[in-house]
Amino acid sequence: MIYADNAATTAVGRAALAAMLPCLISDYGNPSSLYAFGQRAKEKLEDARARVAACLNADPKEITFTSGGSEADNQAIRSAAALGAKKGKKHIISTAFEHHAVLHTLDALKEEGFEITLLDVHENGIVTAEEVAAAIRPETCLVTVMYANNEIGTVQPIAEIGAVCREKGVLFHTDAVQAAGHLHIDVQAQNIDMLSVSGHKFHGPKGVGFLYAKKGIRLRNVIYGGGQERGKRAGTENLPAIVGMAAALEDQLLHLDENNARLIRLRDRLIAGLAKIPHSILNGDPVKRLPSNVSFCFEAIEGESMLLLLDDKGICASSGSACTSGSLDPSHVIMAIGRPHEVAHGSLRLSLGEDITEEQVDTIIREVTEVVEYLRSMSPIWRAQSEGKMDYVLK
Amino acid sequence: MALYSEKVMDHFRNPRNVGVIEDADGVGEVGNAKCGDIMKIYLKIEGEPGHEIVTDVKFETFGCGSAIASSSMATELIMGKPLSEALTLTNRAVTEALDGLPAHKLHCSVLAEEAIKAAVKDYFDRNGIAYDPELFKEGPEPSCAV
Repeated sequence: MIYADNAATTAVGRAALAAMLPCLISDYGNPSSLYAFGQRAKEKLEDARARVAACLNADPKEITFTSGGSEADNQAIRSAAALGAKKGKKHIISTAFEHHAVLHTLDALKEEGFEITLLDVHENGIVTAEEVAAAIRPETCLVTVMYANNEIGTVQPIAEIGAVCREKGVLFHTDAVQAAGHLHIDVQAQNIDMLSVSGHKFHGPKGVGFLYAKKGIRLRNVIYGGGQERGKRAGTENLPAIVGMAAALEDQLLHLDENNARLIRLRDRLIAGLAKIPHSILNGDPVKRLPSNVSFCFEAIEGESMLLLLDDKGICASSGSACTSGSLDPSHVIMAIGRPHEVAHGSLRLSLGEDITEEQVDTIIREVTEVVEYLRSMSPIWRAQSEGKMDYVLK
Repeated sequence: MALYSEKVMDHFRNPRNVGVIEDADGVGEVGNAKCGDIMKIYLKIEGEPGHEIVTDVKFETFGCGSAIASSSMATELIMGKPLSEALTLTNRAVTEALDGLPAHKLHCSVLAEEAIKAAVKDYFDRNGIAYDPELFKEGPEPSCAV
């Protein structure tokens, strides 16, 4: 099997597993218990907090552990909205291609009377700091722009957007679920006020994440209950997952530059190979993208069929086609970069893992090319296009 | 649990009757590329009006796995059958023959039924054969915001 869906989730790494096992078997105490056994768990919890904070150049007090990226996004946006509402500021700026954890939270706020501006991300999938600056109004309480897009992998100018927000006195949150553990992040240098992370995207376990919130930002609870996480997130801490995530993040950063240099080379090889398929197009900026992400649209075929056939060939990939999501509309991300509906249905995302080989990349190129040709051979659109009765959408 | 039944996967992996009939007696195309699926059915029909037989059928489909499987199954269900039977093929019969489809994929079987009906209507129109227009009333299309 060639697993090329690392943006969906990753395998738990050795570093994470080694850190987790003792917390599952021997050090299983509750960090809230006052006896030594419980306090040992508490120490591990605080050690993990210090470790993830160090990975981002943050202070441990600025880290709140959550159940994952979605919860962190919800909490960050809800907190900024509550702070804004107190001052009568009810305008939020975001982008059209955010993760649904952000977009649907913003939808909910809209119902509650907030005004939402979703910035265009252009064909290259990148919003500029100038565009953010131009959208900021006196009543803007939050700018939330994802660090790297989950479908097309484009990396946003986070430091520049952060600088603009800092200058205008607006809170800046970034959903860094796809970036953490894959790109160097420095919350101070990049002027980030809040940042969401999910553990399982970088070889940590599922069901855990964290929210970084700069000192002085008052968080609003999403989950009420006990006093864990300084009262900002109730529920007994998922200690095995938390220490696993911390170990995974540290381990990723240890090998990051070396891994990324290799990944970029293989990614570009994959892009070059798939670009040879006629009437295909790379989604997103060719350079300002995650080292692992390859996203294409292919004319006249539908994504789910592609995924099923690739699955038969042992390749795990994903698509923004409507049929893979249970709706009839293709991915909002592919639509946001201006691809017409017709070709948005034919999108394919391949997200490489650090262990991918050149041989596997060449296999993917060969198999995708075959699958696209095969599906086109039975597509009435392709026939009409190749017989000149219909225009191609992609050159 | 797999997304699709083994029958669906079999018809998706090994679709029956894919292709084009150059001298088709009836051709029907339904769906919309914007919505992500188009089905085209080609029929070869022989026999006197009122007693026609579908002697050949081919399909081309742009769509997801269940769209391709539904097209394939629908062609199998009408191959060699009287035209009257092709005309009464229901999406339900297609779905049942496939051992079911996920709820959000049922519209694929509706498209298969409609594509065959459209091809039969084309045959009637080409040959000046009278028919009850009620037979070809369009069903409610699944909405696909464009």
